[in-house]
Amino acid sequence: MDIEKNFAQIKPLMNSSEAYYESSRCLFCYDAPCTIACPTAIDIPLFIRQINSENIIGAAKTIYESNYLGNTCGKVCPTEVLCEGACVFNKLNIPAIDIGRLQNYATNNAILTKLNLVEIPDSIGKSIAIIGAGPAGISCACQLRSEGYKVDIFEARNNPSGLALHGVAPYKITNEEVLMEVEFLREQFGFNVFYNQRVENKEDMEYLESKYGAIFLGIGLGGSTAIKIRGENKQNCFGATEFIEQIKIEPIVEPFAKKVIVLGGGNTAMDVATESAKLGAEKVILAYRRTKSEMKAYYFEYDLTKDAGAESVFNVAPIEIVGKNSAEGVKFIRTETIDGKLEYISSSEFVIACDLVVKATGQVKQTSMLTNISGLKIDKSGQISVNLSSGQTSNPKYFAGGDVVNGGKEVVNAVFEGKIAGKGIHEFLCK
Amino acid sequence: MANLNINFAGIKSPNPFWLASGPPTNSGYQIMKAFDQGWGGAVWKTLGVPVVNVSSRYGAINHRGNKMVGLNNIELITDRRLSDNLREMEEVKKHFPDHAVIASLMVQSKTEWHQIVKDVQNAGADGIELNFGCPHGMCERGMGSAVGQEPEVLELLTGWVMDVAKVPVIVKLTPNISDITVPAQAARRAGADAISLINTIQSLIGIDIDKFIAYPVVENHSTNGGYCGPAVKPIALNMVKNCAQNPYVQLPISGIGGIENWRDAVEFILLGSTSVQICTAVMHYGFGIIRELTAGLEQYMDSHGFATIDQFVGKALPNIKDWADLNLKYSVKASIDEDKCIGCQLCYTACEDGAHQAIDLNDDKSIRIPKINEENCVGCNLCSLICPVENCITMVRKDDGKQHITWKQRTEADNIPLIFDDELAGGLSHAVRKPIDALKK
Repeated sequence: MDIEKNFAQIKPLMNSSEAYYESSRCLFCYDAPCTIACPTAIDIPLFIRQINSENIIGAAKTIYESNYLGNTCGKVCPTEVLCEGACVFNKLNIPAIDIGRLQNYATNNAILTKLNLVEIPDSIGKSIAIIGAGPAGISCACQLRSEGYKVDIFEARNNPSGLALHGVAPYKITNEEVLMEVEFLREQFGFNVFYNQRVENKEDMEYLESKYGAIFLGIGLGGSTAIKIRGENKQNCFGATEFIEQIKIEPIVEPFAKKVIVLGGGNTAMDVATESAKLGAEKVILAYRRTKSEMKAYYFEYDLTKDAGAESVFNVAPIEIVGKNSAEGVKFIRTETIDGKLEYISSSEFVIACDLVVKATGQVKQTSMLTNISGLKIDKSGQISVNLSSGQTSNPKYFAGGDVVNGGKEVVNAVFEGKIAGKGIHEFLCK
Repeated sequence: MANLNINFAGIKSPNPFWLASGPPTNSGYQIMKAFDQGWGGAVWKTLGVPVVNVSSRYGAINHRGNKMVGLNNIELITDRRLSDNLREMEEVKKHFPDHAVIASLMVQSKTEWHQIVKDVQNAGADGIELNFGCPHGMCERGMGSAVGQEPEVLELLTGWVMDVAKVPVIVKLTPNISDITVPAQAARRAGADAISLINTIQSLIGIDIDKFIAYPVVENHSTNGGYCGPAVKPIALNMVKNCAQNPYVQLPISGIGGIENWRDAVEFILLGSTSVQICTAVMHYGFGIIRELTAGLEQYMDSHGFATIDQFVGKALPNIKDWADLNLKYSVKASIDEDKCIGCQLCYTACEDGAHQAIDLNDDKSIRIPKINEENCVGCNLCSLICPVENCITMVRKDDGKQHITWKQRTEADNIPLIFDDELAGGLSHAVRKPIDALKK
């Protein structure tokens, strides 16, 4: 089994001939559906036309003008349900334009050639603190730098990009690509990133408040949620976030488990199932509490799990992780939905043996830190409430965006919200 | 079953598809190969005093993913010795006695003309084509299009050829002239048996915008060339039509210019061509395209009940009239098939910006199917032309077909706009928006 081959990029870089022919197909729709579908509203027909007329620099500028993480988004966006899903060609059963890869064709070139995207204005003498160097924070930083603010980003980890680095499946984007784009942006925009700087307690907050004109919270979510069943703390029972991060940071080169059970029905569960199968697990079983059609995962992510060789069982709820010290199996109970409510079917328990369990049932909210900010309104699901058109929180000095606000969406949503907050901060401080 | 045989001014050919004089007919080897694959005839690469060519020689325009929709060349006539060409011509004729081998010729003096005509006839040529069309290199030496652009010189030179010609003589015309029927008539006066058109159009194919040199590049320079390929077909069709309709020309026509498939060939035939000549498409795809050409032509003839080519030569000519003879009462309006529409809204923006503001978008932006404003629609066709979906936008006839009045008739009836602010202005029938509305977002 060739693990390296299994982890080949599913959206490899286009060569110039491919880019030419693919860009030639674009119809240049009026009020284009692809742009409407893009959370960052990239003028997609424009950059495709620019690629087609060999203005690859112009194409990259068009993309970065709307989306500071243009390269990362081209690779990790669920384009099948966003821009490409909206392409009018779908209605003719003609393959949609390969927008994500065309985007990367332009942005990759920009990064490699260190294209000068913007002229950063002279400092306007105001400083902004950003907590979290994930997509939202980086995007917010770029926006603020383009207005002449000094920007300091405080990152708890020792590297940037948050989940784009730690959470995205390795066959969607390589770590090098993620880091290269952030470095490209840092050089372009000149924001500062301070690593291993966890901002946590009230004193930290007060310090930042005293030193900075505004603070952007792009802290994302925390670790995997517990599912609160017996045996959950056994060895070889991991949370999905931690499992994926492990693979991303220290790539596994040999098959690591024989039989893996993945609990969950969202995109993260799909990632774990696909990655496990690609890593050489003999059997991967995706177990979801409800029916197939109720899974939150995108259809193409589910297809990826099947292509990789994972199997699925539906309408089964885990009730115990069995085994001595290590997980040796999961005890399930069968379920059915009655009047919209999930019910256990009595006496239907059964055990599926395994040597690894991964729980992909969500991430916890980092609410403890947020309670240190006075007057910060948090909604009942633990997300920060913001004004959607400015990113401003109920504490006017604080702005927020990304997973901490939206509860866990795509990288592209975080980029958009970070940019909106950047504009919102500028407006707030100009008042 | 359709019979593809033709008799073109006395030149017999098993089908109307001839290779035009050019790189594909540079040698007996190529022509034998083409005949073997099914081509009906070949016009040999122009013979004369051999030339010396440059490198590179071709430039092309590509259009959004389609390579070489137009080709330009600066290659000259044959660079091979006449004796080699003649020997090969003889060999080709020996193997393919029933195929048409036509010798394209270009020389200067009367003596040379007389000599070369006799030489190719001795080699077995079934016909002669006089290259009075080449618009690059040779014209600067007083040959090619330099002759085609001077009807008197064309007539004189053709006369020299007719002095000694025993096989049919075709005069190949240059399109680099304002009225192609003038040299066509000169050819007729000189006694030529047929005409062929068009030769290439004088052109610059493009510029290397970084090095400031036109294509094709010869070291640090370039020169104009001759333009051909699919992009030139409409120009060729019009010129063929002009010659075919002219009562003073009345010669068999070999149609040339951008023919790539059987449909193109049929169009040339419907405008009065008996044979068609093809070069660029062979340079692009090889001799193998003949399979599609003959099969398509046969199918077309069978489906229309044409037993021979003659039965539809010029069949479209009576329907091409002067603008002043068109019916001003005929009225079509665009119609969008909502089931087929994919919502690209290209028709909207084309009509809005490029035509008559006769297509509206739905106020509800989530409904992307545009609506035709029939009052403003002038029936121009633009939307139906740019629509990417087959048969989604069609033009539907709206008049009752009972009324017929032409510009000529209106002129005769003194019923046409004559002054700048005339109430008879055609545009008064549809609404034109106020300029300031353009700035309303």
